[in-house]
Order: sequence, then structure tokens, then C-alpha cells
Amino acid sequence: MAKLTELTIADAADGLANKDFSALELTQAYIDSFDAARDLNVFITETPDLAIEQAKASDERRSKGDTAGTMDGIPIANKDLFCTEGVLTTAASHILDGFKPTYESTVSGNLKAAGAVMVGKTNLDEFAMGSATVTSYYGPTKNPWRGSNNLDLVPGGSSGGSAAAVAAQMCLGATGTDTGGSIRQPASFCGIVGMKPTYGRCSRWGVIAFASSLDQPGTFTRTVKDTAIMLQTMAGHDPKDSTSAPFELPDFTAALSGDIRGLKIGIPKEYRIDSMPEAIEKLWQQGIDWVKDAGAEIVDVSLPLTKYALPVYYIIAPAEASSNLARYDGVRFGLRVPGESLDEMYENTRGEGFGDEVLRRILIGTYALSAGYYDAYYLKAQQVRKLIAEEFNQVFENVDALLTPTAPSAAFAIGEKMDDPIAMYLNDVFTVPSSLAGLPGISVPAGLDDNNLPLGMQIIGKAFDEETVLRVAGVVESQGNFTAKPSFLAGGAS
Amino acid sequence: MALDRETVRRIAYLARIRVPEEALDGLAGELSNIIGWIEQLEEVDTTGVEPMTSVVAMEAPKRDDVVTDGNYPERVLANAPGADDEYFAVPKVVE
Repeated sequence: MAKLTELTIADAADGLANKDFSALELTQAYIDSFDAARDLNVFITETPDLAIEQAKASDERRSKGDTAGTMDGIPIANKDLFCTEGVLTTAASHILDGFKPTYESTVSGNLKAAGAVMVGKTNLDEFAMGSATVTSYYGPTKNPWRGSNNLDLVPGGSSGGSAAAVAAQMCLGATGTDTGGSIRQPASFCGIVGMKPTYGRCSRWGVIAFASSLDQPGTFTRTVKDTAIMLQTMAGHDPKDSTSAPFELPDFTAALSGDIRGLKIGIPKEYRIDSMPEAIEKLWQQGIDWVKDAGAEIVDVSLPLTKYALPVYYIIAPAEASSNLARYDGVRFGLRVPGESLDEMYENTRGEGFGDEVLRRILIGTYALSAGYYDAYYLKAQQVRKLIAEEFNQVFENVDALLTPTAPSAAFAIGEKMDDPIAMYLNDVFTVPSSLAGLPGISVPAGLDDNNLPLGMQIIGKAFDEETVLRVAGVVESQGNFTAKPSFLAGGAS
Repeated sequence: MALDRETVRRIAYLARIRVPEEALDGLAGELSNIIGWIEQLEEVDTTGVEPMTSVVAMEAPKRDDVVTDGNYPERVLANAPGADDEYFAVPKVVE
């Protein structure tokens, strides 16, 4: 039998149901792997005691024939942006020092109620602002994949800790959040599956807010089927989030029929950019051939406003962030740095508490929203955003899904692109447009580049049509047959 | 549009973030680069375009204006850096 740390969620659920092993044994196998992996800096907080308690409770339920579902007893990690009751929650920021929420986010709560076992809270870019997990107050996370020159590589970001944890086999699945690509890009960099559902599909309640009109929780898993299983548990209507969609959830696993005959797959020509490495260009063509071989019809489409998506994003996201992050004032939670007056206390606390990238974005957002500039920047960005969303809608009148690369490069070395914010922002060039339009997207590992680093293919779908996205992703997964593993696995290779 | 150090000082004050004097020039350069790059949006004709206000076409849900939560001051104050009785404590505001 495969090592417990090598299983998928679906396999582990079968193993638990067949009593091949207990939830406690499964959980213990993952916790035991953490020591060897400490150098990756995947977790901000490990929660082994809580995990063991939850695993025992799961075994207890199972012994009474009373399991809570497929996720019961499955070890997972939560991005440290989800508030977890009684467990330190930091957003990877100094300003949330010591914050232990007295409530549980809806998404982590849904997983908890379904019996999932939380093994830890994963590292991220501070307040999810970044594409490399290098802006965390708790230090960068390393990618378990290493380059040919043996340099430490970034896992992508902002959900880099979750992506690295799943890739290094330190848990079976992990939650993430995606504002402009923060699930899909790290999934591509780490050679795993990452899905951002439609805006509104997963509740944002209890998720520390970055840019509220863009933030959306999603999944990291090692297979597309596991994505379907995990998403089924996390998603659903939540009256506590007024933007949560009041729709019945489809059966995501049932969508994985493997049959995409007759589906129309759009290939947007604007995603073929000048600086793209040849390996990505080649892999994209391969992906096109895979879906064509499976019976889909390829349709060339055009999304001419694609190049404006990043500048739109870098007004809207910082504007919303500057407003959302106003709550960190040293009064109600986290860090307080004293001052002579209330204003001085605010300034001292926020000056010390926020890192460089968060500071940059709050200042950009404050500027864009300030008197005299609001129309020129914020309003203009919201107008272009509308045009970008309409452009997607028009294309989706003729196609069922889009197939594109996930990111314009493979993982790069820690320290690269640090002095050039715009170069860092370009990581998200293929993921930001669909985020602005609120559409579901997934990254599926599809091949390796010349340095043997993983590359992902992205499938984008219509709003609330995760089923087609998952169905196409399942075909890309089986045709691509990606079996490569990172050079480091926490539990050791079999 | 280029941001000078005075503009950075002003927006940092609006955002209530202390920025050391010696960091102002560096930030002015970085923020000017980012804003300059964003200004390519001027190329897009947006005449008569309604700005996007809702990501998915959905009416905002309404509920009765009643209290549905509360009466646990100890939970609200549990993470406060300064608390006194059932109140948040801050430096003196009124002389």
C-alpha cells in the first residue's frame, strides 16, 4: 500500500471507510512529517494537539457508524487568513500579533463540521498581498521543488504555504484565498491543483478581508477529484456574507464525467504574450491538443482589454484594502504601539505593524480614493472593469470554457523581483482578468519546463459553472498524466 | 502623475501610518512608477460606461432591521490591547 502521506483525499476517505487505517493514524503520519519539513516554513502555527483531538473524535464517530461525510478524518491545513476560533490568526502580519479569534470563519467552520482535521495555519504574503509568499512577517516559504541550480524557489503566492504544504505531502488538502490569482498561481508553481470558484460561491465571512469585491476562498489538492470533494464541503450559501450566492450547490464530483465531447473551448489570443517562455507556449499547444483529442471543439477568441486588467486591479484592490485595513488601529485587537495622543497611537501602531508591500498598497489606495483623484483613478478603473467583465460575457456566448496558461513563468528564486513591484505584479497577468469578472478558474499541473519545474494550465468558466471547469480540468489532468513529484517530500519518497 | 514627498507625507497622514522622513523620497519614486503604469487606463474609452458595482448580477439581500447577535462583551474585548471593565481603553482624547 502507498504511504499514508502519498494518498489523495478520495483514497484516504476509502481507506478510512474500509478501516484500513484510522483518522488518528492518518493524522499522525502527517504530523510526524513536519519535523523534516520545518525548513520550508510552511506553517505559521502548527496545531498537532487540536488535530489529534479532532482525529480521535472522527474515529469515535466512525466507530458508531455516524461519520460526517467524505472529509471526515481528512487532515487539511487552513491559510492563516481564515479566522479559527481560539487558534492564533495572523494574516502573516505583525499588526495581528497574538490575535485569537473568538469565532470561526464559515469556510473553515464548514470543513470542521464535516469532520476535517486541521493540522495547522499556513504562511502567506502579508494580508494576502503578493505573488511569492515573501512579504510574510514570519519569513518566506520555500517551494518543495528546487531549481536545477539548487536555489531556493518561491512557492508562488499569496497562498504559498498552503500550496507548498499540499505539494510536499504535509496534508491532503488546504484552503486558500484568491484575489487576483493567489490560489491558481501558487498551484502552478508547486505542481498541484488549485481552484478559485465563482465569486460568491464560498462565504467570505471570517476571512480577513483584503479586497472584498475580489476575495474568494478556494482549494489546494493533489487531484481534480479531491478539489471537487473539498469544494463541496466548503462552498454554499451563507446569510452572514451578503455577497454569498443563494444557489443550491451542484454535485461537483458528479461533474467529473470525463466527457467533453462537443464542448467549445476558447483560446484567447491576447494570452500569448511576448515574454512567455517557449516551454509554456509548447505546453499550451499540448493542452489544446489534449482537449481536442477528447472531442472538444477549439475556438479562437479575442479578449482585447486583457492588458488593462492588471492596472485596473492595482487601483481597485489597493483602494478596497486601504478601506478594509483601516480597522487595524491598535484598539480592538493585535499590536498597539503607544503614543501621546490617539492619532499618534494609530500612526505608531500602523507604522510599525504593516510591512513594505502593505504600506505601498494602502498608500496607493488612499491616494486613488482621495479628493480630486477619485474619478481619475477609482471610477475609471471600475468602468474598465465593467468592460472587461462584458468582454468575458460576450466570449462565453460562444464557448463553454477558456484554456490558458496559469502563469507567465515557472517558480523563480526567493529574492527575485523584490525591488520591482510591477515585475512582481505581472505574475498574475493570466489570473487577474477572470478575478475582476468574478469567474471560476482552476490550475491543473500539466508539464515541466526545461529546469524540471512544474507548469499549470488554467481553465476559466462561466459564472457558477464550476462543473464545466472541473470536467475540462479532469480531462486535462488525465491526458497530461502529470506524475512528477517535488524533490522534497515531507514524509519521504516511497 | 508623479507623487512628490509632500504628497506621500499627506496620504500617509490620511491613512494614519507613520512613515519615517528618510523613507518619503523612496516611496514617492515607487508610488509614482506604479501610478504612471496604471495611467495606461486613459487609453480605454469609457464614455457612458456605468462603473461596475456588483461582481455577480444579484440583488443585495435584505433582512429585518433587528438585533440578531451580541451580549458577550468578554468575547468582543478578548483581543483588546487595552480594556477597562466593558470598554476599550485608549489614550486620553478629551482634556
